Amino acid sequence: MTAPASETLVDYDEAIGRYDPVLGIEVHVELGTVTKMFDGAPQTFGDAPNTAITPVSLGLPGALPVVNGTAVEYAIRIGLALNCEIAETCRFARKNYFYPDVPKNFQTSQYDEPIAFDGYLDVELEDGEVFRVEIERAHMEEDAGKNTHVGGSGRIQGAEYSLVDYNRAGIPLVEIVTKPITGVGARGPEIARAYVSALRDIFRATGVSEARMERGNVRADINVSLRPSPEAPLGTRTETKNVNSFRSIERAVRYEISRQAGTLDGGGTIIQETRHFHEDTASTSSGRVKSDAEDYRYFPEPDLVPVAPSREWVEEIRASLPELPAVRRKRLQEEWGVSDPEMRDLINAGATELVEATIAAGASAAAARKWWMGELSRTAKNDGVALEDLPVTPAQIGELQQLVDNGRLNDKLARQVLAGVLAGEGSPEEIVTARGLEVVSDEGALEQAVDDALAANPDVVEKIRGGKVQAAGAIVGAVMKATRGQADAGRVREIIMEKAGA
Amino acid sequence: MTASTELTRLSAAELAERLRAGDVSSTEATRAHLDRIVAVDGPVHAFLNVDADGALAAAEKVDADRAAGKDLPALAGVPIAVKDVVVTHGQVTTAGSKMLEHWVPPYDATVTRLLREAGMPILGKTNMDEFAMGSSTEHSAFGPTRNPWDLDRIPGGSGGGSSAAVGAFEAPLAIGTDTGGSIRQPAAVTGTVGVKPTFGGVSRYGLIALASSLDQAGPVSRTVLDSAMLHEVIGVHDPRDSTSLPDPATGLVEAARRGDVAGMRIGVVTELGGEGYQPGVRASFDHALELLAGAGAEIVEVSCPNFEYALAAYYLILPAEASSNLAKFDGMRFGLRVEPDEGPITAETVMAATRGAGFGDEVKRRIILGTHALSAGYYDAYYGSAQKVRTLIQRDFNAAFEQTDVLVSPTAPTTAFRFGEKVDDPMAMYLNDVATIPANLAGVPGMSLPSGLSDDRLPVGFQILAPARADDRLYRVGGALERLLTDEWGGPLLDRAPELTTQEVTR
Repeated sequence: MTAPASETLVDYDEAIGRYDPVLGIEVHVELGTVTKMFDGAPQTFGDAPNTAITPVSLGLPGALPVVNGTAVEYAIRIGLALNCEIAETCRFARKNYFYPDVPKNFQTSQYDEPIAFDGYLDVELEDGEVFRVEIERAHMEEDAGKNTHVGGSGRIQGAEYSLVDYNRAGIPLVEIVTKPITGVGARGPEIARAYVSALRDIFRATGVSEARMERGNVRADINVSLRPSPEAPLGTRTETKNVNSFRSIERAVRYEISRQAGTLDGGGTIIQETRHFHEDTASTSSGRVKSDAEDYRYFPEPDLVPVAPSREWVEEIRASLPELPAVRRKRLQEEWGVSDPEMRDLINAGATELVEATIAAGASAAAARKWWMGELSRTAKNDGVALEDLPVTPAQIGELQQLVDNGRLNDKLARQVLAGVLAGEGSPEEIVTARGLEVVSDEGALEQAVDDALAANPDVVEKIRGGKVQAAGAIVGAVMKATRGQADAGRVREIIMEKAGA
Repeated sequence: MTASTELTRLSAAELAERLRAGDVSSTEATRAHLDRIVAVDGPVHAFLNVDADGALAAAEKVDADRAAGKDLPALAGVPIAVKDVVVTHGQVTTAGSKMLEHWVPPYDATVTRLLREAGMPILGKTNMDEFAMGSSTEHSAFGPTRNPWDLDRIPGGSGGGSSAAVGAFEAPLAIGTDTGGSIRQPAAVTGTVGVKPTFGGVSRYGLIALASSLDQAGPVSRTVLDSAMLHEVIGVHDPRDSTSLPDPATGLVEAARRGDVAGMRIGVVTELGGEGYQPGVRASFDHALELLAGAGAEIVEVSCPNFEYALAAYYLILPAEASSNLAKFDGMRFGLRVEPDEGPITAETVMAATRGAGFGDEVKRRIILGTHALSAGYYDAYYGSAQKVRTLIQRDFNAAFEQTDVLVSPTAPTTAFRFGEKVDDPMAMYLNDVATIPANLAGVPGMSLPSGLSDDRLPVGFQILAPARADDRLYRVGGALERLLTDEWGGPLLDRAPELTTQEVTR
C-alpha cells in the first residue's frame, strides 16, 4: 500500500512554518502478569493457537470475569511512576462492539473512572532539553485475540477465510492517554518518539512489562492536528493506529504534519478518522472514518465489583517503586564517567542494564561499554536481533574482560573467544582451554620464534639495522603467524628490537 | 400407589432420611424419578433433556460410598433437576434457545459442581423461556411447559420447567434462576416453594447471563425445609464470581425447622396488593396473614412508594444488560451458525443471519430495547434514570426494614393464566412480575410458598422478602406459615392437584 496519489505533501519545515502541530498519544502496554486480566488462563507468547485459554477468555456462556490483583498493582505502579493521582475507587465498563477477535463482543475496560489520572512525564530529548508531557489518565483493560486473514492480500478484504487465536484475548493492558501536547513546534516527531521511549523504560524499570515493541507489548496510537497558530483553537485530529516502533512513531508524526498541511493549504478540511501507518513508505492511509464511528454503548460492568485500592496499599506500592529511569540514568552516567551523547547511545542501544551487569561481573565501565557498543552491537545488527537477545550474558563478558586484564588474552584472541561464546561453545575459560587460545607468555618460546623469523628474513634484519625501524613490522607479522596470533605483539616487537636493533 | 411412585411423593428431607437409614438406595430413588419423568413428562414437558445414565451413575457412586461407610453430605443421593440456563459439563445446555440447541459445555457451573460434590444425581435439564425472558415458559424455542394443575395453563416463567418438574413429582428438588421473579412466580402458580437468595448468595459462574446485576440462582422444592437444605448446598462463596458474598448461607435449615414468628414484625407492602390483584389471590393472602397474626406475629402496613416505578426501571436495566450479555451469540465460536442465503459471507452477514434464525421474538424485542437504552444520547434518559430508580427502591426497602423484620405480599397478581392469553401483549405479561421485581432491583432475598387455592381452584403464592443477607428470616416465616397451612389442609397442597395421566413404564 502506498499513499493515495491525491494527497499533497508539504515540505516539513514549510508546514511547521505555517502551522502549529498538536499531538496526543495513547500508549497500550501489555502487563507481564502470570495470568490474564480476568481469569486464570496463563499469559504466554508464541504458544500454539488457542491453547492458553479458559471458558472466561473464550467468553463462553456463563463464564464470569474476576479482576487480577497483580494487574491492578501494576497499573498503580505505572500511575505512580507517571506522577498520577490514584483513584480511591474506580470501575470497569463494557465497551460494546462486534468483532470476531473480541470473544464477548464487548471489551472490559475503564471508561469514566480510570484507576490513575492527572499526571505528567518529563521527557529528555536528544540535546538534553526536558519536555513535560501531561498525562490525562491511565486505565486498565483487556487485550483482544489475534485475527489472521488467509488468502488474498492478508487483509480482511479479499481474504478467503480468517483464523482467530484467543491466546492474547484477556491479557491485561494499561492504556496511557496524554492531554493535548502543545508547544512542540518542529520537534513534534522527536518528542513523540522520546515520550514513548521514556514510557517503555518506565515499564521495564517498574517491572510491569518486558515492553518488547517487536512483540507488540507496547503499541502507540498517535493523534496529530494542526492549527494556524498556538492561539487558535485545536484543529481536527487524525489518529494513526498501532504504531509499534520508535522510528515509525517519528515518521508517522512527520508524515501527518506534512499531509495535513497539504490538505489545509489546498483549502481542504481534515476529516476526523483513524489512519494506518505503512512501514515501507513511511506514509499513512485512511482507515475508518470516525464520523460514523460505532456507538460503544458503554455501561458499568455488572459482573465486577468496584476496585478500591486502599491508601495504605498505594503508599506501600509507592515506597516499593524502584529508582526510575531518569534518576537512574543520571546516577549511572556519573558513575561511569560517560558523556551525554555516549549515554544516549547506550540507552538507544538498550545497553544500560547489560553494561551495568557486566560491571558487576568485574569489568571496568570503559571495557563493559566497549564490548557492548562495539563488537556485540555489530553482531546484533548483523543478526537482526536485540542486544539483549544475543546468546551471551553480562557475566560471560565480565569473565572475558578479566582474561584480557590478566594478560591471558589479547584483543584479537578475546574476539575469537567471544565468537566461541556466541556460537554456544561454552564459557570464555572453557573456550580458551578447548581452542588453546591463550597468549604465549613463555619468553623462551617467543625468543625462539623471533630468532627463527630473523634467520628466515636476513634482508629485513639488514633494514632494521640500517635504521628502518618500521621494517620490524614484517618480523612481528611472521612471529604472530607462527604463534597463531597468540603472542603479545608489543612484547614481540621489544624482543625484535633487542635482538636486531643497533 | 406403587412403591416406586411413593418414593417420588417424598420430600427431599424425607428421602434423605430414608437414604441415610438405608431403607432405600439412591439408585432406586433416582430410577423412580426417571420412571415418573417417562410416565408424565410427555404432556408436562418440564424437561428439555434427561440424563438417565449420568444420574444413575452418580446414584450408584453415592450408594457405594454409603456402603463403604463414608460420611456423606445431607442431601447425598437425592436427585435434582436443573434449569437449562445452568451449564453442565458434557450435557447439552440450551437456555431454551435454538442458538444453543446442540451446545455441549466444556465446563461445569459452580452450582453444578456443588450439586455433584453434594452427591446429588442430576436427572436432566428443565425447560425455560428463551434466555430466561418471559413469565410463562411459552417463549421456549422447544415448546412450552404445561402446568401440572391444569395442562391448558402456563407453569409460570421463565423457570416453568423447574417448578413443573417439582410440582409433577418428577424431581424432589430443582435449581431455578430468578432475574425478576423467575423462581418465585412459577412457584406461586404451580403450588411449590421457590427462593431467590440475596444477590451474590449463590454463584453466578456458569449461569448463562440474562441481566448480570439481577440474576440469582436458587432452590425450587415442595417444602420450605427442602429449599433450606438445598440453599445451604449451593450458598457458598465462589472466587470465580466477583459479586459472590464472602460468607456462606448458614442457619437456614435450623430456621425452617424452628418456624416461629412470635414477636416478629411482618410488613404488608401497600403497593403490592392493590389494583390488578385477582380477588381469590387477595383472599388467600389475607387468610395467611390471619394465621401469622394468630401465631404471634405483629402485622403492620408499610408503604414503598417507589415500587410503582420498579417495573419501568427493570424493563430498561434488564434489556440493557441482556443486549450486551447476548452479544456473544454470533455464530463465531460455539452454538448455531447460519450463513446468509445470498450475498457475501462475512463476519457481519453471518452474525446477522445467525441471530435472525437463532433468537426468538421476545429476545429480539429486548435486545433492540436494550441497545437503544444504552445508545449515545439516550443513556442518561433511560439506563441512567433506571439506575436512580433502583437506588430509590433500595431506600424504600431500607426504610421498610427499619420498621419490620420481613415484608410480605402475594407473589403474583393472578393465578396461572391460559396459554396464549398474554403472549401477544408483552405489557400484560410483564405486569405478572410486578410484585417480584423490586427484590431483584434491590438484591434482597425473597421466597414464594403456597398459601392455598384461589376461587378458580388454582394455587396462590405468598411472597416473603427479607433484608439482604437475612435469608434465614424467609425460612423462619415460611416454615411457620407452611406448618399452619398444612395443618389446616391436612397435608401438602399438592395432594389436591389433579392426578396426571401416566404412561406405563416398561423396562
